[in-house]
Amino acid sequence: MKLEVKSLDSGSKINKCLFLCVAIVLLSFSLQPLAFSSEGKWPGVDESVIEKYAKEHGREPQQPLINTDQGDLLLFVFFFAGAAGGFVAGYYWRTLTIEKAPQINKEEQKTI
Amino acid sequence: MLGALGMSVGFPAPLLAMHISEGILPFHWAALWFGVAVPFVAYGIWRLKTISKNDIAFKPLVGLMAATVFIISCMPVPVPMAGTCSHPCGTGISGILLGPAISVVVAAVALLIQALFLAHGGFSTWGANIVSMGVMGSFAGYITFKALRSVRANLAVAGFIAGLFADWATYIATSVELTSGIKGDLPFFSLFWKILIAFIPTQLPLGVLEGAMTAGVVVLLQKKRPDLLVRMKVLKPEEVAA
Repeated sequence: MKLEVKSLDSGSKINKCLFLCVAIVLLSFSLQPLAFSSEGKWPGVDESVIEKYAKEHGREPQQPLINTDQGDLLLFVFFFAGAAGGFVAGYYWRTLTIEKAPQINKEEQKTI
Repeated sequence: MLGALGMSVGFPAPLLAMHISEGILPFHWAALWFGVAVPFVAYGIWRLKTISKNDIAFKPLVGLMAATVFIISCMPVPVPMAGTCSHPCGTGISGILLGPAISVVVAAVALLIQALFLAHGGFSTWGANIVSMGVMGSFAGYITFKALRSVRANLAVAGFIAGLFADWATYIATSVELTSGIKGDLPFFSLFWKILIAFIPTQLPLGVLEGAMTAGVVVLLQKKRPDLLVRMKVLKPEEVAA
């Protein structure tokens, strides 16, 4: 009986995977003609709606305060964010697991 | 961050987005939306401090949700029927899991980083974007979820409709903000409906995607870590025991 249940489970998993694959293939086919019709462009709604209506009513978007779209500047931003984020994550991991750990254990022992 | 890095390679800045860009809103409207956003952010920070005093694991959880909202809200999704891209907001999920006030803070942080470093949204329009995505998205998601759960709706159904409404509420709010900022002497509602209808081909399916995503996260947590849902007051202890 167990074997039958297992085979049914694996069968349903295969069906799900097949369904997912078919859905992805169909989606990619449905994307293709539209991608060609819009000359490979997929504008965001900020461009196609917000900026379009703003321009019609005399409001133009301005350059961002910090323009990271210059050479490798964006890569530097990600490098810096990764380094800073890693430091903060490490600092709080240490706080959580080393400095606060005895305190937590004591509280747990009290409740026990 | 890895996801954001991947997106930055695939989609060069400025990202394909829905936030109101830098300079679109006149100064007085931008200032007004800042004024509306400030009390929500301040209350959210106070709530975060209060809860973290008693629960040291809460801040890492908020950090995790902030990363999730950051990634989701700058993840462009192509919508074939419209030929455009837009993104889900993620504030439906964070509103349900963290509560709406803390979710506003999470959205504010995500929006600030996007505005400063990814040309996604803008610093002058930060307040307006906090109100639409943070306040409206979080509160719509949270209230819908709680209302549906109070009438014993299934967790997946409640999560789906909460995510859907959170997304749509964000875009309704964006339409209100944009209309009020650019309408000049025109009547408000004629322009508002125009902008809202222009959003529909993209946001209608994306709302469904956001609903599915929200339901998926809530159901996954229920299956794998129901204790977390109890801790975040999404489920009652007796619901998990049952």
